[in-house]
Amino acid sequence: MRPFAYERARDPEGAASSGSEASAKFIAGGTNLLDLMKLQIERPERLVDVSRLPLSRIEANGDGARIGAMVTNADLAADRMICERYPVLSMALLSGASPQIRNKATTGGNLLQRTRCYYFYDTARPCNKREPGTGCAALGGFNRIHAILGASDECIATHPSDMAVAMTLLDAELEITGPDGSTRTLPVDDLYRLPDDRPDREVNLAAGELITNVVLPAPPPGRQIYRKVRDRASYAFALVSVAVAMDVEDGKIRSARVALGGVAPKPWRARAAEAVLDGSAADERTFRAAARAELEGAKGHGHDDFKIPLAERVMTSVFADAAKGAR
Amino acid sequence: MKLPDRTTIISKGIDRVDGPLKVSGRATYAYEHEVEGAAYGFIVPSTIGAGRITGFDLTAAEALPGVVAILTHHNAPEQAPLATPDDADRFEQSRALLQDDVVRRYGQPIALVVAETFEAARDAAHRIEATYEEGSGIFEMDDPRAEPTIPDSLDGGLEADVCRGDFETAFSKAEVQIDVEYTTPNQHASPMEPHAAIASWDGKKLTVYMAVQLVATARKAFANTLKLEPENVRVISPYVGGGFGSKLGVHDEAILAALGAMHTGRPVKIAQTRRQMFASAPHRGRSEQHVRLASTRDGMLIGLAHESRMPMARDYEFAEPTAAPGRASYNVQHLLTRHRVYPVDMPALDSMRAPGDAIGSIGLECAIDELAIELGVDPIELRIKNDAQRDLGVDKPFASRDLVECLRAGAERFGWEPPEKRPSRRREDNWLVGIGVASAVRPHMAMEATANVSIDREGVVTARLDMTDIGTGTYTILAQIVAEVLTVDTDRVKVELGDSLFPKCFGSGGSAGASSSGSATLDAATKLVDRLIEQAVEGPLRGAKAKAITLEDGRLVAGDESVSLADVVRASNEATLDADGAYEPGPEHDELAQYSYGAQFAQVAVAADSGEVRVRRMLGVFSAGRILNQKTARSQLIGGMTFGIGAALFEDAMVDGRYGGFVNRDLAEYHLPVHADVPHIEVHLVGAPDPKANPLGSKGIGELGICGAAAAVGNAIYDATRVRVRDFPITLDKIFLGLD
Repeated sequence: MRPFAYERARDPEGAASSGSEASAKFIAGGTNLLDLMKLQIERPERLVDVSRLPLSRIEANGDGARIGAMVTNADLAADRMICERYPVLSMALLSGASPQIRNKATTGGNLLQRTRCYYFYDTARPCNKREPGTGCAALGGFNRIHAILGASDECIATHPSDMAVAMTLLDAELEITGPDGSTRTLPVDDLYRLPDDRPDREVNLAAGELITNVVLPAPPPGRQIYRKVRDRASYAFALVSVAVAMDVEDGKIRSARVALGGVAPKPWRARAAEAVLDGSAADERTFRAAARAELEGAKGHGHDDFKIPLAERVMTSVFADAAKGAR
Repeated sequence: MKLPDRTTIISKGIDRVDGPLKVSGRATYAYEHEVEGAAYGFIVPSTIGAGRITGFDLTAAEALPGVVAILTHHNAPEQAPLATPDDADRFEQSRALLQDDVVRRYGQPIALVVAETFEAARDAAHRIEATYEEGSGIFEMDDPRAEPTIPDSLDGGLEADVCRGDFETAFSKAEVQIDVEYTTPNQHASPMEPHAAIASWDGKKLTVYMAVQLVATARKAFANTLKLEPENVRVISPYVGGGFGSKLGVHDEAILAALGAMHTGRPVKIAQTRRQMFASAPHRGRSEQHVRLASTRDGMLIGLAHESRMPMARDYEFAEPTAAPGRASYNVQHLLTRHRVYPVDMPALDSMRAPGDAIGSIGLECAIDELAIELGVDPIELRIKNDAQRDLGVDKPFASRDLVECLRAGAERFGWEPPEKRPSRRREDNWLVGIGVASAVRPHMAMEATANVSIDREGVVTARLDMTDIGTGTYTILAQIVAEVLTVDTDRVKVELGDSLFPKCFGSGGSAGASSSGSATLDAATKLVDRLIEQAVEGPLRGAKAKAITLEDGRLVAGDESVSLADVVRASNEATLDADGAYEPGPEHDELAQYSYGAQFAQVAVAADSGEVRVRRMLGVFSAGRILNQKTARSQLIGGMTFGIGAALFEDAMVDGRYGGFVNRDLAEYHLPVHADVPHIEVHLVGAPDPKANPLGSKGIGELGICGAAAAVGNAIYDATRVRVRDFPITLDKIFLGLD
């Protein structure tokens, strides 16, 4: 870790202004940033502590919800209104990390956590995300935990968040404050960029822009499920995770939303699968066809090849579970 | 003293005597000793696996405030050549560092930063730039350049190759043949406490606080490395936060702390980071096991072949006895067991969690399960029918053997159903459910040990020995032994461990610690009683005959008269009375084959869509002679079985063959079982004190729990899914790709 200046922000505008300075970083729970600083993967010269900003409220917003960026993962997962309206979000949160980490990690920070690619963590190895232009060690190395969708020749790392997958399913919108005090909103799906030739640029946020709240529209109709498949029962990142909201009536799918985790550089909204599910018969054939449609362009890199059939199997199975609860 | 079969204090499941210190943070671990004026060291590891260092740029690091010194091979104190003297034990040989520009392994320390603060040392270490001329190392045994060799001997002094009869002929003619290849991955011991040390140097004497399992050999290793007299080295290790083999010897941080102290004249403290431990701490190598079984159609095992291939670190002679369990498990006429090792340019490969047995039992006990399925018989009955009558490895009879009793008791308690009585496939919604069994056979080793027990005028008894407690419960069992002999409460007994000034023991390793140091302590305590009686007949019990004096509730009794032990001391002219004791393995260890036994049972559920495995319950029945403390013994066995879950399902330290480094170097990506993976584990202890084992009648228990545990889980997975995975760990991809 390198020495850094520390500043406690008083309000979002001040935070955004300080955060726009060269080599500044926001810190909230610090569950990811501190680890990266110890390894000198992140070397901010200034830390702007936003953890005490008054952004820790969870409130009903019409039929939807508004969640402060400083709400901890633990509080969000346990909130009664969230559990009633968005069980998929609570399930996703509880499947991530450990209780200790969830007590520290925040909603805004969770959205912005960085990849767990082994080689990203090893500063002795090339990594286009860490040091653009050096190459990708994962391509010819171990890539069991890597992306099968949306990757590029420059980077095959995945986004590790579970919460963000649920947020993507729920069409969350982010409220953002800029360094000049202006505010804007951004759909969560537009927050993340695909790596293409610049895997170091992960999000569409300008310097100093601070996520202040996450706004969830009214919950989608039907049953919500989050299923996470991983190498051990807890405290492991997803190999494949599937978030689903499906409304079925009289054996027909009235609407369906699907998002995937652990398979792509960003939380992956599975629109090809949704297109197959929407309006189709809620049966095994549809479920499998939907899963296959989503995975049509999927590409493995050796060790992660198994994720393609795994994603198909798990999607098919989760779709069936979601349909089961229907009238 | 001969202990009765039923003891009063020994064997009782009392709480750990050091428990309150540990849970309140007052037990002092290596890095936590307060040493005045200590500076902080941080290791700079090599980022290549083989080659030469061509230069350093230290400018940025040296410019940082607080940096005291930077050691490289240009300025480090001179040491004896690595791995010398040749004839010394590997734990005693020189572990020299920073002596030349040669890089022998990935993560090898190439520099040490010493600074006023930990933060400054770490930052400076990251700013050191080294340039290399990269060599072409051999990192994996499947490298075509890797040449197999026959090890001189295996861990535990066993022979590399043992063959009886004519296996090949028997196999070729056998009615039923099993011919399978099992593989197990590289594993890291990953103790909770990192490898850590604080060294101070006064110009002549070196004192090292360190996390180490074996104190006496560590002292010699420092002496051999730094060219000191052993008397000028003191090693102190009162508490160790787990070792699992990785702290048997002296490792990078301890040598570097000593070098830093000698170079700067200040005490230097260093802890390896978790990532550094995963790079350079001793690890277990990948094994490739070829197992062949020859059997008659009616289940009489005729021949057994187990051939093991594993890597060996080039400067570190250690060969794991992976095929040894097969020599002492089954009654076969034709036996073929071979070990081949492939020298590689890797960090030390060393003993870890039941070397040989933990992974050898995977190949062997899963192959036996395959044979039972091929024959259509109950795997328990197959094991009982073919139970070994003699240790074919050393060609000696067993001192005792009750594996069959363990299997039978386990089957009963677990609710084992033979295959013909259970449905061909059990399914609960998305979960496929199955059960599995395996045997545990683990050598009981005995090592020399000495101890001193004293008593003062207040009646406080103190046992001193250089034995360690690595979380296993040594403090507690030794207090129980002393309390039993002196007929006092355990709270009157102080146990002081882990200081090389104390009487010498082998230490904690090979599951030999408790029995060996316990037997020495038993001897010392018994001799102290004799001495107290001698003293009493000259003083307070004058006139009584020594032989007529008995010891009851901490008092010497002669007829109607009695005197407390404290009063005996007070009546002498001494502040304390003490006695030395010793244990030396007797002829029973030369003439007989000594083992502990167990039977492992597991029930698993496998997700039919994803192949995820959840172990639902495990049960183990174990026999290890006299149990010294029912609670700590049970805890150790549960720990071993938990590691069995790790070996079966998760642990896999991946080596990137392009540069020879481990890839998954933290506890988020090197998967050990977490609580959610560890189900209800039941442990039952059977067996009786074994007088042939040692004066205590106890046998090794520390590593017994892992033996066979992973195989039982693997066999249960097969029972649930009919998918036989022979490449461990059994990750979900290997299962679901075989499911329909």
